[in-house]
Amino acid sequence: MKITFPYMGTSYIAFKMLIRDLGHEPVVPPKPSKKTLTYGTQNSPEFACLPFKILLGSYLEAIELGAEMVITSGGAGPCRAGYYGVLHQKILQDMGYNTKMIVMESPYRNIFDFLSKIRAVIGPSGVSWWTFIKAFRKAWEKLKVLDEAEYLSHEIRPYELIKGQTTKAFTESLRIIDDANTLPEIIEAREVVKKMLGAIPQDRSRRILKIGIVGEIYVVLEPFANNDIEIILGELGVQTHRSIYLSAWTRENTGYESKKAVFKAAAPYIDEAFGGHGIYSVGHSVLYAKKGFDGVVQLAPFTCIPEIVAKPILSTVTRDHHIPIFTVFLDEQTGKAGLQTRLEAFVDLLKQKRDRLEDMAI
Amino acid sequence: MTLRIGIPRALSYYAYYPFWKEYFQGLGFETVVSQKTSKQILDHGVKEAVADACVPVKVFHGHVLDLKDKVDYIFVPRLVSVNKERTVTFCPKFLGLPNMIKASIDGIPPLIDVRVDLKKGRGELFWICYRLGRQFGINLWRIIRAYRTGLKAQARYEEILIQQYTPVEAISIMEGFEKPSELQSPQLKFAVLGFPYTIYDKFINVDIISKLRKLGIKVLTAEMVPPKQLLKQARKVRKNLFWNFSNQVLRAALYYIDNAKVDGIIHITAFGCGPDAMVDKMIELEAKQRGKIPFMSITIDEHTGEAGLMTRVEAFIDMLVLRRDVS
Repeated sequence: MKITFPYMGTSYIAFKMLIRDLGHEPVVPPKPSKKTLTYGTQNSPEFACLPFKILLGSYLEAIELGAEMVITSGGAGPCRAGYYGVLHQKILQDMGYNTKMIVMESPYRNIFDFLSKIRAVIGPSGVSWWTFIKAFRKAWEKLKVLDEAEYLSHEIRPYELIKGQTTKAFTESLRIIDDANTLPEIIEAREVVKKMLGAIPQDRSRRILKIGIVGEIYVVLEPFANNDIEIILGELGVQTHRSIYLSAWTRENTGYESKKAVFKAAAPYIDEAFGGHGIYSVGHSVLYAKKGFDGVVQLAPFTCIPEIVAKPILSTVTRDHHIPIFTVFLDEQTGKAGLQTRLEAFVDLLKQKRDRLEDMAI
Repeated sequence: MTLRIGIPRALSYYAYYPFWKEYFQGLGFETVVSQKTSKQILDHGVKEAVADACVPVKVFHGHVLDLKDKVDYIFVPRLVSVNKERTVTFCPKFLGLPNMIKASIDGIPPLIDVRVDLKKGRGELFWICYRLGRQFGINLWRIIRAYRTGLKAQARYEEILIQQYTPVEAISIMEGFEKPSELQSPQLKFAVLGFPYTIYDKFINVDIISKLRKLGIKVLTAEMVPPKQLLKQARKVRKNLFWNFSNQVLRAALYYIDNAKVDGIIHITAFGCGPDAMVDKMIELEAKQRGKIPFMSITIDEHTGEAGLMTRVEAFIDMLVLRRDVS
């Protein structure tokens, strides 16, 4: 069967391999583009959030390429994302497509439902549970390598001597990881990619700024949704640290914060998980402030309620911890030039603030 | 001197006011409800609230400001859940409401921000009331009595609602005013759906209910469906929505489509409302697939102009009258 899935950041490389290992033909939706957005906005409710529209658009593009089934994730709310699957299916039906949609809900909520859905995928192709587990583990490894490469690229970009070189090397490394299909190959690809990114000529004497990125998961992870904000910032000489990685790869490395630590940091401001990544935005911002970051950028899709609730709370974080927080609401109208200008201004202000503080220290 | 508790006339006011009013009065406090929404309240709210919030939340800020200098405490509950349905909670704005208010408005009296989470059963409500009462040093018997009068008032309120009165009318009936007269021989029956705080706040929706009635339309809302019937509709939905009021709206829509045969459905939604973006599309598709019932969606915001809105509503009615006459 031809199966497609939500397109989010670099994760498609791992999902593609997983579906192939399960004996199906993956249909990778084209990288989101203007066309995706047009398809999406035409058929979505007006006030659905940007991720909803991009995903619907990319499903439609995948269906054009022959996809017969969509596998996506569910959720338990109160963020709308948990309801995407149901509504996407209804809209597709209304448009006359009978694409099958499998919505994976949390196994903790209903383990039987979870397992039966997996069986519906692996059953027809005659894949055993053991093969499934092995394939899943391998895909997870790949996801970790992908995240590691991306993390490295954001770490290195502000130091690069020739602008754009990191992005080029990163694109190349995605290709290398994509080609690795067995576990040993993936481990090898990891080393190659690390070496390749490390070999980028750098000027480590630069004084860079550090900005933490918080917000709603999709717009944080998908460069098309956030207008390549991490690349823009990186090329302005800013090291970005993202609070969300799909594999939570950073667990074993620097900068990962456990859920407990994040909730604890957010507790003085709010002690109720109010949906989506709202409380994470608050908690991570506090932690970034404590770690001496120069600023925080909050990314949110237009009409994303958890992030709207987080916004006024973040302004009290700014007041208490003296960390500038810049909120960007993204929608289908967002132009890159406008965002670039605003980011440049933000970075300039951060620079001035740092210099003034240093002068005072002397 | 008795303590004065301020209750903002917004958001959950339209759903649970009778309970809280009787409860607080039973404890021996005076309850003060903020003024009806006005231009001034809206403007103040817009000024203080975060720009991306929806108009009901902005209005709520305005109501809090209205109460600011009049009362000793302001009641801003954190509604988490009101029944046992596991995945159902409230819009994130309700979950973070006390925090938003505290972060956005300076110099307000202390908030009573009780967390209402009834997932474990309705009995939880008593413990919430008990703990709240104890904080003010009220004795157990008095709390029990206040709690019971509260429940009684709420039950009576819900009884009046299913006799097809709106919450605003129901509250005034409970306060001893006369029952408004029934509409004589309505020409069409409409389901007007939306969150209680968008369809009953006359100011922000330019009083659409009275206007429809004047045009000879019988208006039915989600609150007028008996709760048992609402719960029955849940089976028709593949996955419950996560938001209590949205579930009510969607279920009421299904009820009116399948059981009550309305002539049309008007969904009133606030600009930028997250849950409504989903609900709106769901109702639209259900109305189309189940019974080919005409559907109109009206978006309100802080700039809603009466003329534009009424033109659309009138056109909608005209088309439905035409449709009826043709068939």
